[in-house]
Amino acid sequence: MTDMTTSLAGSSPRPAVSRRDIGIKRRYAAERRFRAYGIGAISIGIFFLGLLLWTVVSKGYTAFLQTEIVLPITFSEKVIDPKNERATNPAKLMTANYPLLVRDALVQKLGIDPNNRADVKLATDMVSASARTQLRDVVVANPAIIGQTVPVALLAEGNIDSANKGQIDVTVDEANRKVKDKQLAWMQTLAQDGAMTKSFNTGLFTSGASSRPEAAGIGVAALGSLYMMLIVLALALPIGVSASIYLEEFAPKNKLTDLIEVNINNLAAVPSIVYGLLGLSIFINFAGMPRSAALVGGLVLTLMTLPTIIIATRAALKAVPPSIRAAALGLGASKMQTIFHHVLPLAMPGILTGTIIGLAHALGETAPLLLIGMVAFVVDFPGSPLEPSTALPVQIYMWANEAERAFVERTSGAIIVLLIFLVVMNLGAILLRRRFERRW
Amino acid sequence: MSASLLFFLVLLVGASAFVMGRSRAMATAGGKLSSLHSLPGYHGSYAAIWALLPALVVLGVWLVAAPPMIDRSVLFHLPTEVLNQGSAPAELALGQVKSVARGLALLSDTERSALDSGAINLRDAMAAKGIPLASAGEAWMIESATDFNRMTANSHLAMAGVVLLLAIGGAVLALRGISQRFRARNRVEQVILGGLILASSIAILTTIGIIGSMLSEALRFFASVSPMEFFFGTVWDPRFAAAGQAGQAGQFGLLPLLAGTLYIAFVAMLFAVPIGLFAAIYMAEYANNTVRSVAKPLLEILAGIPTIVYGFFALVTVGPFLRDISGQLNGLVTGNYQSFIQAQSVLTAGIVMGIMLIPFVSSLSDDIITQVPRSLRDGSLGLGATRSETIKRVVLPAALPGIVGALLLTASRAVGETMIVVLAAGVAARMQLNPFEPMTTVTVKIVNQLTGDLEFTSPQTLVAFALGITLFAITLCLNIYALYIVRKYREQYE
Repeated sequence: MTDMTTSLAGSSPRPAVSRRDIGIKRRYAAERRFRAYGIGAISIGIFFLGLLLWTVVSKGYTAFLQTEIVLPITFSEKVIDPKNERATNPAKLMTANYPLLVRDALVQKLGIDPNNRADVKLATDMVSASARTQLRDVVVANPAIIGQTVPVALLAEGNIDSANKGQIDVTVDEANRKVKDKQLAWMQTLAQDGAMTKSFNTGLFTSGASSRPEAAGIGVAALGSLYMMLIVLALALPIGVSASIYLEEFAPKNKLTDLIEVNINNLAAVPSIVYGLLGLSIFINFAGMPRSAALVGGLVLTLMTLPTIIIATRAALKAVPPSIRAAALGLGASKMQTIFHHVLPLAMPGILTGTIIGLAHALGETAPLLLIGMVAFVVDFPGSPLEPSTALPVQIYMWANEAERAFVERTSGAIIVLLIFLVVMNLGAILLRRRFERRW
Repeated sequence: MSASLLFFLVLLVGASAFVMGRSRAMATAGGKLSSLHSLPGYHGSYAAIWALLPALVVLGVWLVAAPPMIDRSVLFHLPTEVLNQGSAPAELALGQVKSVARGLALLSDTERSALDSGAINLRDAMAAKGIPLASAGEAWMIESATDFNRMTANSHLAMAGVVLLLAIGGAVLALRGISQRFRARNRVEQVILGGLILASSIAILTTIGIIGSMLSEALRFFASVSPMEFFFGTVWDPRFAAAGQAGQAGQFGLLPLLAGTLYIAFVAMLFAVPIGLFAAIYMAEYANNTVRSVAKPLLEILAGIPTIVYGFFALVTVGPFLRDISGQLNGLVTGNYQSFIQAQSVLTAGIVMGIMLIPFVSSLSDDIITQVPRSLRDGSLGLGATRSETIKRVVLPAALPGIVGALLLTASRAVGETMIVVLAAGVAARMQLNPFEPMTTVTVKIVNQLTGDLEFTSPQTLVAFALGITLFAITLCLNIYALYIVRKYREQYE
C-alpha cells in the first residue's frame, strides 16, 4: 500500500500526466479501494472465525471444572438399614434413604436448625440429586462402611456450580435469582472451610445423559461416535478405494462410467439430511434394524462419506505418474499386480488424507442421525453397536435445547471436545500429507 | 450350531484351502517354480476363493431368508380363530409365540413336563425366565412355539450342513484343478475385478436407494393428500392426531416452507457471496505467498466446523446480539426499547449460514480465478490497465461461468443445510417478507416430523419423505447444472 502511494506521488509531476488527463488519480484510488475490499473480506471471515471460537471457549472452558462439596458423611445404620435386614435382603442397600445422610451432614456442617424446614431445604438443594446414587454406590461397594463417618466429595447442584464459577449475577434481586442469599453465605462458609472446591470434571467424560447438568457427561455419546467412526472406517475405506481403483484404472470410458462419475459428484453434494431419510426408510423400515443403534448411524455415515473418499482416492491415483505403471508392466507384472503392488502404495498417503477428512466430516454430522432416532436419552454405555446409543454432535444438539445456564456451559465444553477431536484429525491429515506426499 | 461359529469354521476351511493350494502348486512344480504359470500364492488364493465365496454367499442368503420363511409357516399354522381376526392380531400372536419359543428353550425338563401337564401357568413359567407375556397364554401357543423351535433348529442344522459341504467341496474341487499350466492368477484377478465393480456400483445403488425409498414413501403420502394440495398449498398445519380428532388430516402446504428455505438461503448468499468473492479475488490476485498460506487455511477452518456448532453460535451469540442491538437502536430512535429483531429469525439464520458458506464461495472461486490464463492478464496490464481494472474487465468476465457454477453449488448447500436453521430459524411456518421474523424451512420440518414417536402410516410422518424428495430434486438440479457449467468452463481453458 505505502509503496503505491509514494510511487503515485512521485509520478504526478510528470508532464505527460498534466498534459493528457487519463484520470490516473481516480483510477489508483479505485485500485486501492478494490484492494481494501479484499483485505476487508478476508478480515471479516477471520473475525467471525475468531468470534465463534472465542464464544465457544469463553463459555465452555469452565465446564472442565466442577464444584464439589466435601462433607463428612455419617453412614448411620439407623438411616440406611434400621431393621438390620441387609444380610437377608441386599436390595435394602439399594433403596435406602441416602439423601437423609446428606441432609444430616449439611445441617451439622452449616449449623442449621434441623427444625427450620425452609433453611434445611435450601441447604440440601445445594447438593446435586445425584448424591443418592453416589452414596449408594459407595455403600454397595463397601458395606463395612456403615456406622463410620467418612468425608465424601459430592457434586454441587448446577446453579451452585455456576455461582461458584462467578457466572450468576449476584446483584440481581434475590427473587429473580436461582441462588438465594443464604446459599451464597453458606457457600462462603464452605469455601473458607475448604469444603467447597473446584476440581477437574472427570464426570464430563465418563457419564451419560442426565436431566441434571452437574451429572451430565459426554462419555456415552463419545462411545457411540467411536462405534460409528469404526464402522465408517471399516466399510467406507475398502469400498471407496475399490470403487476408485475400478473407475480410475479399469473402467472403459463410456456412457455408463460417465454416469457413475456424475452420480458420485452429485452424491457428494446431496444434503446430509437426505441420507438420514434413506437410512430411516431402508435400514430401519425395510431391513428392520433397531432404531437409535450406532450400526445404522455408521451405515448412513458410510454412504455419506463414500463420495468424499472416492473423489480423494481418484485424485491420489491420478497423481501417480504413468511411468511407474509403464515400468511395472514392462517388467511383466499384470495390470492388477501393477496397481496393487506399485500404484496403490504410492497413492496411500493421499487416500488416507482424504479418508481422515471424510471421517472428520462424519464425526461432526448431526442431521441424518436425528432422523434415525439417535436423539435418545442414553444413560448407560452401549455394549455393542446394536444397542441404543447417541453421538457427540447429537448430544450437543440436545444440550443446546436445554434452558439452564449450566447446560450452556456443558454444551460449549462438549463442543470444545468435539473441535479438539476434529483439529487432531485434520492435523494428522496435514502431517501425513507433508510427511509422505511425493511431488513427481 | 450358531452362525458365528459356522462363519469361523468356513474361514478355517478357507485358510487351510489356501495353505494346501499353495503347497500343492509347489509340489506340482517339483522345485522349479518357474514352470508354474502363476505364483503358488495365487493357486492358494484360488482354492481359498472357491472355499469361501459360495459358502459365505449361501450363509448370508440363508440368514436373511430363513427367519421370514419360518415366521410365515408358523403364522399359517396358527389356530383359525386367531387368523380370522385379521392380520394385525395374527402378527401380534406370532410375536407372542416367538417370546414363548425363547422361553421354552430356557426351561428344564421337569419344568417343561409341569407346563405340559398344566401344573403351572404358561405366563408364570415365562415370567420366571424373565420373559413377560401380554396375555395369559394358551395351549396352542406352546404347540406353535415348539414347532417354531423345531423348525429353527432344523433350519440351522441344514444351513450348517449345506454351508460346510459347499466350503469343503469348493476347496476340494479347486485343489484338484491345480496343475503347472493352470492360470490361477487370471482367475483370482477376475474375482478381484468383480469385487471392484461391485464396490463402484454401490454409488449407483445409493442413488437408486435414495430416489426409490423416498419416492415410494412419498407416494404413500400422496395417496392420502393430493399432490396439488402439497405443492401449491399455502398453509402448513400438519396437526398431529390428538385424541378425539384422529380423523383430521391437517394441511400440508409446501409453499411456506419453500419460501422460508429460499429466503434464508438468499440472505445467506447475500452475506457470503460478496465476502467470499472479494476474499477469493484478493487471495488469487494480490496476496503474496505468506498471506495466502496463512489466510487460506484459516478461512477453510470455517468449512470444517460442524454445522451444529454454527447452530449453537446462532442460538447463544448472534440471535441474542441482534435482538439486543435492535432494542437499543429502536430505543435511540423512538425511545421505545422494544427489540424489532427476534432472536430466532431469518436474519440470524441467514447471517450464520452465510459465515459457514464464506469458505465454500472463496475456495471454489479462488480455484476458478487462478485457472484464467496468465496471457489474458498480461495483455490487459500491458495495455496500461490497473490490476483492479484487469480483474473487473478481463479476469472476472472470463471466469464468470465458473463462478456462477460455484455459486450454484454453494446455494444448493444453503438450501440443504439443516442444523443451523433448526436452532436459529424457528418453527413457525408462514409466508411473509420481514427478515426480522422467524420463518421455517423444509429441512426443519423434516426433522420436526420425524423425531419423536413414529408410526409409518400417518401422513404426518410420511410428509417428511415428500419434503425430502422435493429437497433432493431442488439440490439435484442445482448440482447437475453447476457441475455441468464448471466442467465446461474447465474444458474451455485446458
